[in-house]
Amino acid sequence: MSDHEYTPKSKFGKWFNDRLPLLTLASHLTDYPTPKNLNYWWTFGGILTFCLITQIVTGLVLAMHYIAHADMAFDSVEHIMRNVNYGWLIRYIHANGASMFFLAVYIHIFRSLFYGSYKSPREIIWIIGIIIYLLMMAAAFLGYVLPWGQMSFWGATVITNLFSAIPLVGEGIVTWLWGGYSVDNPTLTRFFTLHYLIPFLILGLVVLHIWALHVPGNNNPVGIDIKKPSKDTVPFHPYIVIKDGFALLMFMIVFAFFVFYTPNILGHADNYIEANPLVTPAHIVPEWYLLPFYAILRSVPDKLLGVVAMLSAILILAALPWLDTSKIRSAVFRPLYRQFYWILVADVLILGYVGAMPAEGLYLLVARVATAYYFLHFLVVLPILGYKEKTLPVPLSITEPVLGGSPNLALAKNKENFKD
Amino acid sequence: MKNFLRIFLITSLVFGLSVKSNSAEKIEYLTTDWSFKGLFGKFDRGALQRGYQVYTEVCSSCHSMKYLSYRNLAEKGGPEFSIAEAKAIAASFEVTDGPNDDGEMFTRPGKLSDKFVMPYDNVKAAQAANGGAYPPDMSVLVKARGGGVDYIYSLLQGYEDPPIGMSLDDGVYYNKYMYGNKIKMANQLSDGLVEYGDGTSASVEQMSKDVTTFLMWAAEPHLESRHQMGFKAIVYLIILTILVYFSMKKIWSRIETEV
Repeated sequence: MSDHEYTPKSKFGKWFNDRLPLLTLASHLTDYPTPKNLNYWWTFGGILTFCLITQIVTGLVLAMHYIAHADMAFDSVEHIMRNVNYGWLIRYIHANGASMFFLAVYIHIFRSLFYGSYKSPREIIWIIGIIIYLLMMAAAFLGYVLPWGQMSFWGATVITNLFSAIPLVGEGIVTWLWGGYSVDNPTLTRFFTLHYLIPFLILGLVVLHIWALHVPGNNNPVGIDIKKPSKDTVPFHPYIVIKDGFALLMFMIVFAFFVFYTPNILGHADNYIEANPLVTPAHIVPEWYLLPFYAILRSVPDKLLGVVAMLSAILILAALPWLDTSKIRSAVFRPLYRQFYWILVADVLILGYVGAMPAEGLYLLVARVATAYYFLHFLVVLPILGYKEKTLPVPLSITEPVLGGSPNLALAKNKENFKD
Repeated sequence: MKNFLRIFLITSLVFGLSVKSNSAEKIEYLTTDWSFKGLFGKFDRGALQRGYQVYTEVCSSCHSMKYLSYRNLAEKGGPEFSIAEAKAIAASFEVTDGPNDDGEMFTRPGKLSDKFVMPYDNVKAAQAANGGAYPPDMSVLVKARGGGVDYIYSLLQGYEDPPIGMSLDDGVYYNKYMYGNKIKMANQLSDGLVEYGDGTSASVEQMSKDVTTFLMWAAEPHLESRHQMGFKAIVYLIILTILVYFSMKKIWSRIETEV
């Protein structure tokens, strides 16, 4: 970023840029040297930016019509669905947009895990990312409460009650969160306020996330440091812009399919029943994107320890750059890590599945094993693997595997699988 | 490109899993050829109008539809009664209005802008009249039940004698599709219960189908425009995606790397 020299051509441009270097910033963003071997897993950063903006814009319109009051919230949502011009469209985009946002963020995170993007010198990018992810979960949870359906109400009750597990002050904290002695109108109004606030915090953190990214530059599928700019890089515009654009359009087709043809499939039917504090739903389940953590929470028999386990499952990610002791970034050159990576992916999917099932019998047993393995992966497997694993030779530059100049046969074979 | 297909496959797999897990306890519901399913699904106007008739003559004595107005009956994508017909329907109901200048509440014939008249003054009154059970509001009922239209359609036809050994309290009925099989609503439909104006024979099956179609529209009044817009949007996106794909190929051909 610091090596960038830019002088505007026009006199006014120069005058302006000397006072506020917006043009320098714009030029930096267009010329930003990007590794030319980035594959489609790298397009999700752009897709996520699109998701955030979509949520903010649709959310603003919804907030103009929504009424944050326990007696009127459900009615106002139906008012949006029926009487507001294209209100149904805006609401379905917003509701499904949350799912799409999480779908994209999970791909983004798992891409990072595969290619070791969290390793030095990108630890700060990674940690900011984890904070964004935490805020996303908070925003999604708060937003799910706003329609004031049965799942909204009981989901809010279950999740806020988790704080009561804290010794001594727990009960007090819960009362403070609720603004009363149960989830009620004061809870709804503060949830609405926070739901409106958090996306803007996320937006600010996204700026930091990208800023921090532009200091070392992108990681890449080969995972080696590259000189920039060089023949290993392409300018962000037009190469990456058009590629991200193409991927975004593919993503939007999936998004549109959900919005227009199965808008309610990712939600729970009970949320079309107005909140009733006297009737508890048969199964209280969170949205699909929170299920793995819900499974971890329920797999621990003790309430406090369950909450600790759930929080640790997320926070452990922040320590990942130091837990992974391997010097090699990309899993392409780590044959053992690659296998453990896919086991972890399967483990998280299994956790998500049992999270949706009742916590009993075989489901509970599976949830416990999967939870134990989740922590084992980060706390035991990764640190040891860094010392024990025999990694494959890493090429000197990314043009080398692209041009097929590697003398190593196994490497050449791997390269075939990951070239795109 | 190969990688992209891989992303596509994995994501659809994940979604498939999560969707399947949402509908954990599956009972085989009855189903029929719903006209509103599919990419171009539309409501059958006749079914909507007949369904409205079943609702008014049968269901509405206990079930409210508080989010619907009489004007909705004449709107595009709905039963599409003519304005005159909808006005006549509205006028056939007595609506409480007021207070007037004397501070009194009064009744008047309904107008298009009025909400559907509620069968009971409040939830307690509804419960008192129905043995403690509250007949749920039907405006979004289809979306509020896991099985959706198939569930409602099945429930209406699911009344049977209880299995031997099962004793039912007074005012509780056996229904094989109800959660727990016990329902406080008695069987409402019987062949020929209503007389359809268009000559359709009013079998239990036909009435169930018609009223369920009507309820689907009530829950999703903009379903038709959603389907139409969705098709246009997706076709537009696909064309744009193809164009962008070739632009991308062209731009990337300036360097030797493949996209």
